[in-house]
Amino acid sequence: MHPIIKLVSQRLALGILLLFGASALIFGLTEALPGDAAQAVLGQSATPEALANLREEMGLNRPALTRYFEWLTGIVQGDMGTSLTNKLDIAESVGNRLGNTLFLAFWAALISVPLAIFLGLVAVRYRNRWPDKLISAVTLTTISIPEFLIGYVLVYFIAVKLGWFSPLAMINDSMSLGQKLSAIALPVVVLTMVVLAHMMRMTRAAILNVMQSAYVETAELKGLNNFKIIWRHAFPNAIAPIVNVVMLNLAYLVVGVVVVEVVFIYPGMGQYLVDHVTKRDVPVVLACGVIFAAIYIGLNMVADIVSILANPRLRHPK
Amino acid sequence: MNDQLNHMASQVTAGKMTRREFMGKAAALGVSAAVASTMFADAARAAGPKKGGDLKLGLQGGESTNSLDPATYASSVPFQNGKQFGDQLVEVAPDGSIEPRLAESVEGSADAKVWTFKLRQGVEFHNGKTMTSEDVLKTMQRHSNEDSKSGALGIMRGIESMKADGEYFHVTLNEPNADLPYLMADYHLIIQPDGGMDNPGAGIGTGPYKLEADEPGVRHLFSKFENHWNGDFGHFDSVEVVVINDATARTAALQSGQVHAINRVEPKIADLLGRAPNLTVHSTSGRGHYVFIMHCDTAPFDNNDLRMALKYAINREEMVEKILRGYGSIGNDMPINAAYPLFDDTIPQREFSIEKAAEYYKKSGHDGSPIILRVADGAFPGAVDAAALFQQTAQQAGIPLEIKREPNDGYWSEVWNVQPFCASYWGGRPVQDQMYSTAYLSTADWNDTRFKVKEFDDMLFAARAELDPAKRKEIYSKMGRMLRDQGGLICPMFNDFIEGVSNQLAGWESDSTQEMMNGNMSRKMWFA
Repeated sequence: MHPIIKLVSQRLALGILLLFGASALIFGLTEALPGDAAQAVLGQSATPEALANLREEMGLNRPALTRYFEWLTGIVQGDMGTSLTNKLDIAESVGNRLGNTLFLAFWAALISVPLAIFLGLVAVRYRNRWPDKLISAVTLTTISIPEFLIGYVLVYFIAVKLGWFSPLAMINDSMSLGQKLSAIALPVVVLTMVVLAHMMRMTRAAILNVMQSAYVETAELKGLNNFKIIWRHAFPNAIAPIVNVVMLNLAYLVVGVVVVEVVFIYPGMGQYLVDHVTKRDVPVVLACGVIFAAIYIGLNMVADIVSILANPRLRHPK
Repeated sequence: MNDQLNHMASQVTAGKMTRREFMGKAAALGVSAAVASTMFADAARAAGPKKGGDLKLGLQGGESTNSLDPATYASSVPFQNGKQFGDQLVEVAPDGSIEPRLAESVEGSADAKVWTFKLRQGVEFHNGKTMTSEDVLKTMQRHSNEDSKSGALGIMRGIESMKADGEYFHVTLNEPNADLPYLMADYHLIIQPDGGMDNPGAGIGTGPYKLEADEPGVRHLFSKFENHWNGDFGHFDSVEVVVINDATARTAALQSGQVHAINRVEPKIADLLGRAPNLTVHSTSGRGHYVFIMHCDTAPFDNNDLRMALKYAINREEMVEKILRGYGSIGNDMPINAAYPLFDDTIPQREFSIEKAAEYYKKSGHDGSPIILRVADGAFPGAVDAAALFQQTAQQAGIPLEIKREPNDGYWSEVWNVQPFCASYWGGRPVQDQMYSTAYLSTADWNDTRFKVKEFDDMLFAARAELDPAKRKEIYSKMGRMLRDQGGLICPMFNDFIEGVSNQLAGWESDSTQEMMNGNMSRKMWFA
């Protein structure tokens, strides 16, 4: 078998094992939280009778292990079940929310990843001169300000004062692509500002590291221009760490944006998950947790494979 | 200039001038935008309701876990949803009287034990079926039978039997209750086809708007139901309830015109927001109150002198000013205020007094060990700060009050109604009887102060059976005084509903029953 295929299948198997581990961990932790779904739904207005009736209806009276294995049997067959709290089909609700989350992450990534790499290259080209310092200063500032603050500032000036975009990034199926893009403009800007610095700094550091090597000096002596050296000779050799950082940030764009969702009222996975954790709606929490874990594991796997492919020494191991 | 303005206003009333034209011309006359806006609203109100337009409400209090099943309603968004697609038998009117809805009239027997609702005929559900007394009966059964998990279960408990009889619906009670119509106005008791037995979360009712899209935690869209039994209700083409839990985002949405009204404006920004020219901030005094509750049967709170010491040690004025920023009124250690019918305003107000607090504390003979007050942010907005203020004033009186922060998560299951001293809130009830039976009757599930006094219970039952308002008022006054001087309730303040409403809307009415005009904005308001 080709070593790459072997590696991928090994990683896949490991990933699935990890997913089971993650689901067990999530289930255990949600169970350990005080209260249960019935209690959380009824809240202050819980009477003992209503509680007992609701527990019975939700099937919370059965042992935890039974419930976990029921869920596991379902998910293996592709059935995520229904939500305890509002009885809606989980696959359908999660599908909608995941679609929205990926939509936002896609546009944020489409802008931020090329921009970060480009800025990184520019910073290397003008190392220690004003463009480098300016880029670093601006991106480090935007990553240091909490994202909700950037969000509020943009909402205040751009949405409330200037009225260019809506402060609510609510999208639904009846909107055209243009309307959707206009709705998510502000959150995309915020997310871009948040993830830019990390990727940009890593690009800069990785390429600068390569720039010290002998073959770059040779290229310089050949008389190649500076940008071409960076792009043709330094960048390919620096790609592994960059891809790693890019993937981490992509994962963040999918699983870590709950604060931005709250600020812009974006109907994504983050808010959905938080609501259901608060209500101890275990099947939904499990479904979301497993999807998030799968995205994390998948993107990390891609990063590993790309760095192997990019490095001939790893591609052809002795 | 006045003549010209009056002329313009009459043009508006006659429907010959739009808001934009009016504002433009008023500005040319040198009238400020705020004044012109108010004038326009008055003139438009005089013109009477106009039909059409898409109303958007931006509301706090919705989660992705919400269901349309009325039995599960416990927060603002589901409450509003119910008001769009459903009707109760009766509704509490803004003046506190009972207003007919699906029941044309209500009649009680002389002993207030048997109640008869005459049902409106020819009322159509959104699924095309006609409402019958069977539907009413099934609805009430679903909220009261032994499988019920309804939020209304508590108030349905006094019912002995129910009967559907042609165009009548009869309720027989275990004990007389003169307030039964108010119980039937509860927002959970939306009449559903077949009582919602088969599909409780379908969102089908008889309301002025029918469900179009249900995306819990995001938005709920309703469109005008043409066959509604009352053509005067519901002037909009559609109503969209948008979930905006973040306070800043909610305010921004209103300011930028993305929504037409928002609930729960934060007291600290209400003044600032009110200065914006295109909207009005309405503050409505309600029956909701923020409280600190002590278990009367648990040491050291089983000592009434210690309870009194704590009651005197709280500075109510300071709390209203700092926690509510003036959007509220001071409490009197009883759960009733002037918003209730039959309220006795001669009951003396408890004053803040360090001396009296110290005196009672000394008299109580408390051993000086810390008195632990449990509190979480979620207990009520500003609860942690309020507890800190309480601690400071208590310390001045020599009372060793200690604050223990609890997580929001699980507060209502682990702390409230479990721990002997904690912060909490009550949303209030339409009538005194209901408030007292919910939380101060010895046997009440939510007797969160463990106040168990037979004399008090007897008075409550006596008032219930009493049909003469003057006598009832007297009994309620005695009960209020008793609770104030012996109860475990420290009630420093009653909070207002603070809401932001766009000036494009006309027809606002103050309603202290519940927030946002008791959920009736979409029925009673219109686009000017």
